[in-house]
Amino acid sequence: MTDKLQAPVSKNNEIVTSNVWGMVIDQDLCTGCQACVAACAMENNIAFVGETDAGYGRSIQWIRVERFWQGSFPNIKMTPYQPVMCQQCHNAPCEPVCPVFASVHSESEDLNLQVYNRCVGTRYCANNCPYQARVFNWRDYTDARIRPELVTLQNQLNPDVTVRRRGVMEKCTFCIQRIRHAEDTADSENRSIRDGEVVPACAQACPADAIIFGKLDDPTSKVSQASATSRGGHLLEELGTLPRVTYLAGGA
Amino acid sequence: MSAIAKPLFTPSRGEEVEDPKEHLMHDPMPRGEMNSMVLDSMHSTTWKYWTLTGILAFIVVTCLFAAWYYLIMQGLGVAGVNRPVFWGIFLVEVVFWIGISHAGTFISAILRVLKVESRRPFTRAAELMTTFGLVQAGISVFLHMGRVWLSYWLLPYPNERGLWPDFHSPLMWDFMAINTYLLCSTMYLFLPLIPDLAMARDRSTGWRKTFYKILAIGFRGTEGEWKNLKTAMNIFAFAIIPVMFSVHTIVSWDFAMATRPGWSSSVFGPYFVIGALQSGMAAVAIVLFMIRSTMKNMKYFLRPEHFEALGMLMFLVSLAWAYFYFNDYLVPWYGGDMWDKILNTFIQTGPLWYLWYGMLFCNLAPLVILWNKKWRRIPWLLAIMGFVINVGMWLERYVIIPETLTINRMPFTWRIYVPHIEIVLTIGNFAFFFLLYLLASRMIPLIPVWEVQEGQESHILRKVGKAKISTVSEID
Repeated sequence: MTDKLQAPVSKNNEIVTSNVWGMVIDQDLCTGCQACVAACAMENNIAFVGETDAGYGRSIQWIRVERFWQGSFPNIKMTPYQPVMCQQCHNAPCEPVCPVFASVHSESEDLNLQVYNRCVGTRYCANNCPYQARVFNWRDYTDARIRPELVTLQNQLNPDVTVRRRGVMEKCTFCIQRIRHAEDTADSENRSIRDGEVVPACAQACPADAIIFGKLDDPTSKVSQASATSRGGHLLEELGTLPRVTYLAGGA
Repeated sequence: MSAIAKPLFTPSRGEEVEDPKEHLMHDPMPRGEMNSMVLDSMHSTTWKYWTLTGILAFIVVTCLFAAWYYLIMQGLGVAGVNRPVFWGIFLVEVVFWIGISHAGTFISAILRVLKVESRRPFTRAAELMTTFGLVQAGISVFLHMGRVWLSYWLLPYPNERGLWPDFHSPLMWDFMAINTYLLCSTMYLFLPLIPDLAMARDRSTGWRKTFYKILAIGFRGTEGEWKNLKTAMNIFAFAIIPVMFSVHTIVSWDFAMATRPGWSSSVFGPYFVIGALQSGMAAVAIVLFMIRSTMKNMKYFLRPEHFEALGMLMFLVSLAWAYFYFNDYLVPWYGGDMWDKILNTFIQTGPLWYLWYGMLFCNLAPLVILWNKKWRRIPWLLAIMGFVINVGMWLERYVIIPETLTINRMPFTWRIYVPHIEIVLTIGNFAFFFLLYLLASRMIPLIPVWEVQEGQESHILRKVGKAKISTVSEID
């Protein structure tokens, strides 16, 4: 084995405390407009799988807006919209089950990472994810040689994000490329990251400002104050996964 | 030399005393004649044999290898897996074939250790099933993987990047366990085969002679060689039993270790072992029936008494399976977990309800038939029961894997799985198993001749008072 991973070190050679990134989703504000879904797809080079595959439960979405209703239209009773993405669990069930260390925990960002080029596609992580946040590349959705309609679409790919091929698992990364960018900028200016400096694509696109992102270890940050309110709760908290996304619901 | 009185049969009250000649052990035949009977069965190939082999080979090439190539090139999109059913029929096949492969070792090792005499003529057929079943399980594992061309990353080999597989992962345990089992069972198949290969070497000519000469690794049958062989076989017979139990327990941990409703269960270990024995025993019955009815001279070796013994084992295992199945529902019911309740309601009353009822019927119906001693002695009936049980066990694995995966804790993603190319590949898998068996049946002696001969020599009818008692003496 290689040496133990070094704790991240700043320019002044002091050890940077672990960054605990977190998110708050205000379900009372969410209008279910799916702008986050679209923005996420643009930012993270998410493949379009086509109608047939999407209809068969193979759509690649790192974030999905769940909606439930009772009764038939127009007399329906709805629950609030619930955008679900990878909850970046501190105790992630997806991590220990991967036989090849493709699903690993980042020590510096405390995020769950998926190493695409290590993934062999056993799909155990997706089975073990209680949030069903993981999606699989069932085909070569991004290969323009197979799908000629992608030739021009390829020009919009984000150069900061890998394009995934068939047979690998993927999931929400909390837009780690943006976190990295902010870290580098802050490091070069010899300061720490300001609250609100990192905005993932979904939060950026949200017209209702229902998604707040920031550091949970900073008690003054917007996200840690919002997550501490009495309206907050976590998805499937009883499983002990310690998710990093807080859902706010039930307020005025 | 020790002798124990061990009745081969216990005539019940009112029943006529059986003819001892009905038992293989009391119907001895000169050695040379028996040897040539077995060799004759290997050498005789009719046009029917070659036609069947050709058809199976064609199915293997098209349905397994061509379809697999297509699957690899296109990605798993051509299969029916989706979100949330990430594991489909390929994993059903893995569990199913490992289950089938269990009985070979069980029959051979446990019955050898316990000195059950009726095992003698059919251990080889069962062991072959183990090896070929594991081949199918291995293929299914590779079929399942998204990027199979990188599957060597599961091996702990030294590499530049200093990367090792993750030994926390139940899949890793599974990979190691299956490999260990394949290695052990192949060795265990080979060891008792050596004297028979030597016998075949001494009695054949041409390419067969060279073939057996290499395989028999120079066995001459000296005192020392027999002693070493028996010691090695004893070690393997004892050592392979825990390996066998652990392998299927570990397979069950792939599921039991996961945080999913319906999977996360502590009874899965023994439950899977019993399930494996259930399907494996049943498969032995099918294979024995096929050998007996299609190969020459096999009616002498495989007699109703052997089917009866096998039927008894199947009956016992069926009872145990029924208990575990009941338990697997009792505990979640007592636990009262909401998700387990939703899942069980879905399985029993959802759109795929017929799978669950089919599974119950197929696994419990044989209990009624196998109860009867007279029926147990009918080979074709036992083969049908074996088929029914195997259909039931296949359905059971289908219920446990794709159907259970349909339900998860995020109801928004619930979706039913519809198999596509998996069906073709499953046909290919079965054809490959039968093709391997068919080829092996003409290459290696399916009857352990030396074991039968040893058994016949150690069985004597002794007169005790007026009754004749069958006794077994141990030959050192």
